[in-house]
Amino acid sequence: MNINATLLGQTIMFAMFVWFCMKFVWPPIIAALDARKKLIADGLAAGERGKHDLELAAKRSAEVLREAKEKAAEIISQGDKRASEIVEEAKAKAEVEAGNIRARANSEIEQEVFRAREQLRTQVSAIALAGAGKILSREIDAKAHNELLEKLVAEI
Amino acid sequence: MSSEALTSTGYIRHHLQNLTCGLQDGHFHCAHSADEAKAMGFWALNVDTLGVSLLLGLVFLYFFSRVAKSAAQGVPGGLQNFVEWVIEFIDSSVRGSFTGRSALVAPLALTIFVWIFLMNLMDLIPIDYIPFVTEQMGLSHFKVVPSTDPNATIGMAIGVFFLVIFYSIKIKGLGGFVGELTLQPFGKFGLPVNLFLEGVNLIAKPVSLALRLFGNMYAGEMIFILIALLPFYLQWTLSLPWAIFHILIVTLQAFIFMTLTIVYLDMAHQEHH
Repeated sequence: MNINATLLGQTIMFAMFVWFCMKFVWPPIIAALDARKKLIADGLAAGERGKHDLELAAKRSAEVLREAKEKAAEIISQGDKRASEIVEEAKAKAEVEAGNIRARANSEIEQEVFRAREQLRTQVSAIALAGAGKILSREIDAKAHNELLEKLVAEI
Repeated sequence: MSSEALTSTGYIRHHLQNLTCGLQDGHFHCAHSADEAKAMGFWALNVDTLGVSLLLGLVFLYFFSRVAKSAAQGVPGGLQNFVEWVIEFIDSSVRGSFTGRSALVAPLALTIFVWIFLMNLMDLIPIDYIPFVTEQMGLSHFKVVPSTDPNATIGMAIGVFFLVIFYSIKIKGLGGFVGELTLQPFGKFGLPVNLFLEGVNLIAKPVSLALRLFGNMYAGEMIFILIALLPFYLQWTLSLPWAIFHILIVTLQAFIFMTLTIVYLDMAHQEHH
């Protein structure tokens, strides 16, 4: 246990170790630690930002949904209005058509009545002629009175 | 074993002797006894202290530089985790005690802490294991714990002392440093007293660093040696509690050396009047 040159050897060794540590050990590890610290901080910040964005997006989506609902309600009411309009139009059209049909039917009926009356008149005159002929067959020549009869028919 | 190991005194003395090698009578050889080692004078080397501390320093630098080379900012693995944990511990210690900015202080603190911790840790190896192995290899003495050799602790303290002086002069200038030594606390008329007080103050720094570490580790080692004198079936009753307690001392002494170094360098960086 005596002091000797080991002292110097230890001092030199110590200096070399410190130099090596200062050159090759400490800076890269501290740099890596700092880089990781930054990475983690950035990650946390990004997470926070993401959360904020999510909140904003939720708020916006709710707004969009509300707007869409309003618009849908508007469209539905418009549709209802349009439908009732169409129904009214159709009703009016149908009434007009019905009027037309009725008018046409009336005129047909009048024509029919007129025709039937014509027929009836002809037949009645024939019957009357026949009846008169039978009565007058003995006294009147058909030929002689035919002119008179026809006048009568035209009169009826 | 050599003949002096047969008695208790001999056993203790044998364990307290470094493997000292040097020039004697014109040729290089290793001392076989304490007297022979003393006769070699200053120009001799404690090969065991140098060898073990070199090995431990290389182990420290190997693992830490391996992590430094592959250090990534991604998820760290086992060794990287451990190394980063140590580095962050040192970094927060330096930030807490050192107010200036220096690229040197933190790596210095790391080296001091880990190196001294490893050297102290050798104390927990059962006391006769490595000396027994080296004895088979033909070495008469082998002390495994470098920090129980005052040469190792004084060597480091001298390194720190030089740094303290270097930074004092670098920061305050030569005049400032000399002024600090001579002009306070009593002003320029009390110069001799000032120089004496401040000189003691300055010298006390490396001396206290070296002797505190050496004293603690030497005492711990001594108690292990004394416990080893008990019958082998009784040794564990004392060596186990002492070893567990020693884990604390091992770490604490490394931490104290590191913290004091930081504080001394901080004082060297500060101007005070």
